[in-house]
Amino acid sequence: MKLYDGGKIIAGIVVFLIVASVPFWYGRGKAVSPPDLKLDTPAIERLKEKLCVEPAPYMRANHMKLLSAWRESVVREGNRSYKATDGKVYKISLTGTCLECHSNKDKFCDRCHDYAGAKPACWNCHIIPEEVR
Amino acid sequence: MNLLTSLIAVLILTLLAAGIAFSATLSFLLTAVLPYAAFTVFIVGFIYRVVQWAKAPVPFRITTTCGQEKSLPWIRTNPLENPSGLWGVIGRMALEIFLFRSLFRNTKMDILQKRPVYGSAKWLWFFGLLFHWSLLIIVLRHLRFFIEPIAPWVNGLSAVDGFFEIGIPTLYLSDAAILTGLSFLFLRRVVVPQVRYISLFTDYFSLLLILGVVSTGLLMRHFFPADLLQVKNLALGWVTFSPVVPKGIGTVFYIHLCFVFVLMAWFPMSKLMHMAGVFLNPTRNLANDNRMRRHLNPWNTPVKVHTYEEYENEFREKMKLAGLPVEKE
Repeated sequence: MKLYDGGKIIAGIVVFLIVASVPFWYGRGKAVSPPDLKLDTPAIERLKEKLCVEPAPYMRANHMKLLSAWRESVVREGNRSYKATDGKVYKISLTGTCLECHSNKDKFCDRCHDYAGAKPACWNCHIIPEEVR
Repeated sequence: MNLLTSLIAVLILTLLAAGIAFSATLSFLLTAVLPYAAFTVFIVGFIYRVVQWAKAPVPFRITTTCGQEKSLPWIRTNPLENPSGLWGVIGRMALEIFLFRSLFRNTKMDILQKRPVYGSAKWLWFFGLLFHWSLLIIVLRHLRFFIEPIAPWVNGLSAVDGFFEIGIPTLYLSDAAILTGLSFLFLRRVVVPQVRYISLFTDYFSLLLILGVVSTGLLMRHFFPADLLQVKNLALGWVTFSPVVPKGIGTVFYIHLCFVFVLMAWFPMSKLMHMAGVFLNPTRNLANDNRMRRHLNPWNTPVKVHTYEEYENEFREKMKLAGLPVEKE
């Protein structure tokens, strides 16, 4: 069977194939290793139990929600203590509690955020620890 | 009834996906085998449909367009509504594809004082445009999971889309817009009796399926966060042909994936093929040059003709003897 306006049809199909396969050719098929998060800061090394305020899987998916809740708790209610699910009480502070352990923003926060294309607004207000020292 | 069937179909898919999330073998099937199967069906089916369309001959330029065609120099023509050349056609197609010009012309008929009255109705155009543009932006934004390092324009697009920084994580405007657009398109089918009467299973199913994809996506972004690290590992695994089965990524993500794969596989078999079809729309993509060029009907069988010239050549002597006039001596 004949294709009518075959040249245009084939050109259209080629364009469609190129556009639909962007993810396949964009990285030229190179394998990308997932980001390597560094948990070897001095503060973490000193910890007996290497635990975050909540279990790691929860933190991985929900840390932004926790931070948002913390922000509201401090800024709107003036409440600076957080009772974790295991009963421990933490001081609510991004710089004092979170960054106490995770003092390596560029090797911890940024690696995942850049990988997933997340742009947290933390640093619009908060200072970045390296800049303190 | 059609609505009920499609609702049940989508619900079955949801349950299926939720079930898959609990089984290791089925998870492997969904995250490592089905993506390729669905993508192949999408690509092959898409091309097959286009080729089928291209095999149908286009016999004549369809001139049922609403502008004045190009004729005498002192008659004002409408080059975009009724183009006579390539550039006019490109303009008309661009307006159709990017701005849905045909829908902009939509009218609504009402009987007022026993007389039919036509008024403009831009709702379908507006929400259709809203939906399609949001869908495009959302698809482009998803490239962030498939590309490493993420292209700056993808991040830029996300930044513009989340410009108002409402909530954490930021609410994307395209997410809100697509939900609005889809809700309108769906409610229109359900509420307007005439549209409901002509709505088929495929109409409802496509809408509900996309609504399912959108709502699971929004759920994952705002209510049951998925581990994006694993999501991206999975997506990059697909495009480098080394898929890794994610662990503990949540049921909602599985439902989202399941919907997307069904949508991809369903695409070539459904009305969603208007994505390719809009380019092959004969009332839009054919220049009205009927009076400038001779168009031959492509399915005409070659006819053996016998012209008068040949006839005279054959019978000239006999005609002369009979005293009949001939053109050539």
